[in-house]
Amino acid sequence: MSGSAAPASEPLRRFLQVARGAGLRVSAAEGIDAARAVQMIGYADREILKDSLGLILAKTPEEKASYDEAFELYFKRDDLGAAEDETGEAQRAPAAWAQGGEGGQGDGSGQGLGQLLEQDDRASLATEMEKAARESGIENIRFFTQKNLYARRILDKMGLRRVERDIEALRQSGTPEGLGRAQFLEGSVDRLRDSVRDFVERNLILFAKGETEKFREELLKSARLSNLERRDLDRMRVLVRQMAKKLAARYAKTRRRRLRGQLDIRRTMRRNMGWGGIPFITVWKQKRIEKPRVMVLCDVSGSVAPMSQFLLMFLYALNEALSDIRSFAFAGSLIEVSEILEKEPVEQAITKIMETIGFGSSNFGNSFADFEEGWMKDVSNKTTIIVLGDARGNRTDPRTDIVARLSERSKRIIWLNPEYKSAWGTGDSDMYRYAPFCNLVTVCNTLRHLERAIADILEDAG
Amino acid sequence: MNDALPPGLSPLQSIEQVDQGLSAAGYIANRQISTAIYMAHHLQKPILVEGPAGVGKTELAKSVATWMKLPLIRMQCYEGLDESKALYEWKYGKQLLYTQILKDKIGSVIGDSDNLATSLTKLHAFGDIFFSKQFLEPRPLLRALEEPTGAVLLIDEIDKSDQEFEAFLLEILSDFQVTIPEIGTVGAVVPPIVLLTSNSTRDLGDALKRRCLHLHIGFPDEKLEAKIIASRVPGIDASLLRQLVNFVQQLRTLDLKKVPSVSETIDWAKVLVLLHTSVLSVDLVRDTLNVLLKFEADIEAAGKQIAGLTHKARSDAGVPA
Repeated sequence: MSGSAAPASEPLRRFLQVARGAGLRVSAAEGIDAARAVQMIGYADREILKDSLGLILAKTPEEKASYDEAFELYFKRDDLGAAEDETGEAQRAPAAWAQGGEGGQGDGSGQGLGQLLEQDDRASLATEMEKAARESGIENIRFFTQKNLYARRILDKMGLRRVERDIEALRQSGTPEGLGRAQFLEGSVDRLRDSVRDFVERNLILFAKGETEKFREELLKSARLSNLERRDLDRMRVLVRQMAKKLAARYAKTRRRRLRGQLDIRRTMRRNMGWGGIPFITVWKQKRIEKPRVMVLCDVSGSVAPMSQFLLMFLYALNEALSDIRSFAFAGSLIEVSEILEKEPVEQAITKIMETIGFGSSNFGNSFADFEEGWMKDVSNKTTIIVLGDARGNRTDPRTDIVARLSERSKRIIWLNPEYKSAWGTGDSDMYRYAPFCNLVTVCNTLRHLERAIADILEDAG
Repeated sequence: MNDALPPGLSPLQSIEQVDQGLSAAGYIANRQISTAIYMAHHLQKPILVEGPAGVGKTELAKSVATWMKLPLIRMQCYEGLDESKALYEWKYGKQLLYTQILKDKIGSVIGDSDNLATSLTKLHAFGDIFFSKQFLEPRPLLRALEEPTGAVLLIDEIDKSDQEFEAFLLEILSDFQVTIPEIGTVGAVVPPIVLLTSNSTRDLGDALKRRCLHLHIGFPDEKLEAKIIASRVPGIDASLLRQLVNFVQQLRTLDLKKVPSVSETIDWAKVLVLLHTSVLSVDLVRDTLNVLLKFEADIEAAGKQIAGLTHKARSDAGVPA
């Protein structure tokens, strides 16, 4: 806004990086605001700083929590003074390193390190460690496999080699005093190693957490749902909800899109009666895109159950974009489960359904017969039927005649099959027998497949 | 930036002053709230206030207005709220009259032109005020921008409005200006202090959130709540105050459909003062519990534990049993 947007000072810039690492989405504009806030209040009062940056950077309760954590982790490390004059120090640093550089490793600082170790001056050691870490670019650490690399770099920068040489020399001297000092130094070096490793680990958490989470999420989206581990289920639920929300928002928009350009004369006249028919307010024709009516038939027998669970979760999260969902679960026979799903939170509902009917061996023919008897009359030419199943009926009659009738009556049938295409038609799979009656048959065994399939359904609803 | 400040805004020198100013206006703020107001003014950003119902989100805006002696302009959001109700509306009736007057006077405007071309030229030369400020009916947003001394603009329960409306707000939130297609861009005379409140019934868009400072007001801790009650219910007995706040704080830890918030505590305190209570008793609490809890199921659930909670509140407040 005004010209007072200062360049983010060094500690803030690094903190923003940490915040991004912790999963906060900090835009450039927010970064500028943060810089202005810091300029206004300074680093002196940590509490006020925390509150102020929190107002700017964290926008949901979850983000607040990760922000608090990141703030504590980051600002706990260095004391106030270091943060204040860090910019200056960073400028001086390269010069210092040019002197002490690679070749003559540890002329000044190596000596210093040995002294510090001998005096056991922890505060100065910590400061040195910070400095070395900054110079070795610790904020770029991303994977836990890099821990040793960075630990080694930091130790090198602190001048460990020199100290090691000193220790060696002391040992060579052979005097009892020298040996004693060598032993003492060795102990201190070990402790230093431990604390550096510790420090690197903390930084790994600080800088790489968000990355790791993102990586994991990407992985989960394309993992076979039947292979998921129990501990990932919570995260999957969140992902499903996110995806569904995105889809719902997208299709809600297309549904409301206006077709400006075509005047709705009748409604315009009506609307402007009050002004003697002079059209002050124009009414335009709108394209109405219908919400799809969906009937879902989910196989809940052992093999397909995890997939069904996610499909149902997805559909119910999409409630906003779908006008009418009715769900049926089947294994040996078929029941309607819409009510259970509406009344109870999805997770519990699914367990309940599984308990009532799940895990048996599937009988597609029988289930279709149940459907025809009970609900065929509710299927209209606006209904989309989604069948989720592997089409393995354990060599029972597939009753393709019912599916044929269903296909005539409904708008379309979409069959989602969690098996790879190569397995269709092998053994007791009746997939190719059902396929001619379906408008679409597709492989669906990851969250991504699911998203795409449902997006297609919404897309064609017009 | 300080020289741009209007004289009325000088109290915003430090966070402590915000604190004092708000408490003079009867609003006991914690440091986060004061910081937010301070930052909002100096960064010129709106504040998005979220939190459970009844913790004083709307009250905050009112108090800021009272303290800074600025007009409070409140816009309640609801589904279907659109720009004609939020920003401006044309005065159709008057516009119609204007066209009719124009029709009558058209002879004198055009004069005695003999052909169509010259009369049209004359008509074009004639100043058109059909779409002009005279015929504009300002609604809350426009009023807030036009207020000469600045204003406190409260956009209440933004989560109740539609997503389109949220997008429509972006311009005013980031630049304190609005665009009226027929007239042009109207900027703020003095940037108003903007507060948006939300009960999180739906997630707000990222674009909106990015433009705002985000303040979350939760339930206050025991000390702060006692201070709030003392300021809102003057003349309340100190011992009773301790007991009732302690009781409410305990009540919030129970598993209830809707836990009592600060506004309910204030109501309850008023009731207890009216009843000349000095010590909480189980019967009294049972009789007045409907002030705190608004669901039958909650009253029933809490009812079983009243005796224990009352006893603990009394002993924590140091009242002899």
